[in-house]
Amino acid sequence: MDKIVITVVGKDTIGIIARVCTYLSNNQINILDISQTIVDDFFNMMVIADMTKCSKEFGAVAEELKALGEEIGLRILAQKEEIFTKMHRI
Amino acid sequence: MISVSEVLETNKMIERDLLDVRTITLGISLLDCADTDLSRVEENIYNKITGLGKNLVRTGEEISRDFGIPIVNKRVSVTPAAMVGASACKTPEDFVRIAKTLDRAAKAIGINFLGGYSALVNKGMTEADRLLIASIPQALAETDFVCSSVNVGSTRTGIDMDAVRLMGEVIRKTAELTADRDSIGCAKLVVFCNAPDDNPFMAGAFHGVTEGDAVINVGVSGPGVVKSALTRVRGESFEVLCETIKKTAFKVTRVGQLVAQEAAARLNVPFGIVDLSLAPTPAVGDSVAEILEEMGLERTGAPGTTAALAILNDQVKKGGVMASSYVGGLSGAFIPVSEDQSMIDAVEDGALTIEKLEAMTCVCSVGLDMIAIPGDTPASTISGIIADEAAIGMINQKTTAVRLIPVIGKGVGDQAVFGGLLGYAPIMKVNTFGCADFINRTGRIPAPIHSFKN
Repeated sequence: MDKIVITVVGKDTIGIIARVCTYLSNNQINILDISQTIVDDFFNMMVIADMTKCSKEFGAVAEELKALGEEIGLRILAQKEEIFTKMHRI
Repeated sequence: MISVSEVLETNKMIERDLLDVRTITLGISLLDCADTDLSRVEENIYNKITGLGKNLVRTGEEISRDFGIPIVNKRVSVTPAAMVGASACKTPEDFVRIAKTLDRAAKAIGINFLGGYSALVNKGMTEADRLLIASIPQALAETDFVCSSVNVGSTRTGIDMDAVRLMGEVIRKTAELTADRDSIGCAKLVVFCNAPDDNPFMAGAFHGVTEGDAVINVGVSGPGVVKSALTRVRGESFEVLCETIKKTAFKVTRVGQLVAQEAAARLNVPFGIVDLSLAPTPAVGDSVAEILEEMGLERTGAPGTTAALAILNDQVKKGGVMASSYVGGLSGAFIPVSEDQSMIDAVEDGALTIEKLEAMTCVCSVGLDMIAIPGDTPASTISGIIADEAAIGMINQKTTAVRLIPVIGKGVGDQAVFGGLLGYAPIMKVNTFGCADFINRTGRIPAPIHSFKN
């Protein structure tokens, strides 16, 4: 499995999840887990997804998600999952 | 599965607390570049570095993008040049040609520093070592990215005082040749005792002769992360303080380990070590001195500073060692004055003196680092300071180093401005009583006894 973690941070607005999920669906990226929380008045969403079936390189996906975020007025960051598992799991 | 709070914690470390990987350093052996013909040596060196290192910068950027972690520097360390050029170089100017070749290769692959213009003379000097040492001032003045280091002593061999005397003169001359830029040449020159073979950090990095053909070493950082964690345990016991540093160091080092393994796999070069160092930068919040002050000191340099630094250094190692499969290099807290804003503030407030810094070097990873001193400091006094640091390293079986900058034309109260990662530094007072008769003795300090420890 080729897991990535997508974090979305910014002011809450209608349709954030829909826009991000549509992008992921169009690119054959399967959502494994999705959760959201409000921290310091900011909308925080985290998506764990599997991009095994995605035909694009990770770098391209990260760039496109970043651009999508700028379009909605949010910050969208895609990272490979290992940085989190390495840091928080022994 | 990873939780939201864990993801947020990691990203907060990166964004707010300036967590980064300070350097991916590709160590390259140049032993097979040796030849009796200097032009051929130059060609071999250039081809080997640009061949093995051509993808280093791009790979570093890709790893940075994939994991969302800044990788600040991509660098190269090479076999000490005195060995590589020994058969071909007959004059100091010949060695300068090698320095220029290294500089050209560094520029070709887009790195910002290359270390290894070095000589290992802890017991004695070969003719090539003497020529290289004599060439250092010109080499550093006429190149941009080449870093130089000389190992003058070790616990096993004692201290070569002839080299110590020579290095005082070399540092002064390097300062004079770069006097128009606040003697910045000296910022690229380190004098070591017990120099490690696998240090990824500049200016002291070189690729040791016992290393393989090429190796990836990674230097982590993260003083801001430790400081931020400590703000949450103010007033708590030493047990809580130590546990907090240890856990934070573990997390920081895991990132270094991940980056090191990725870089090694992608460049098809073996993974060497992770260097567990807290390396500050002049940015606010990226400071080792701020950690010491968060531990409870009014200012770094106050009584208690050495103890606080000892705790920090030891806990960073304890947390970091478990996080990485191979630990090496310098591994500890760096205390460079010009690269740490709170350290600069402590000097300007009169809290921190060179003598206190010397005491601090007994319990931290390196030594007197990036300290600007008056331009009229005699060479023998610089050698005296080097000898003191080397003695601390030799007796305590640790690495110590000296990176002093006698700023020509400036005195106490003035500032030296280097710019970039090197920052700026207030000129510190140096004890003006002389030690020339001590330094002018010839020969070596014998190796210390390895038993009867007290």
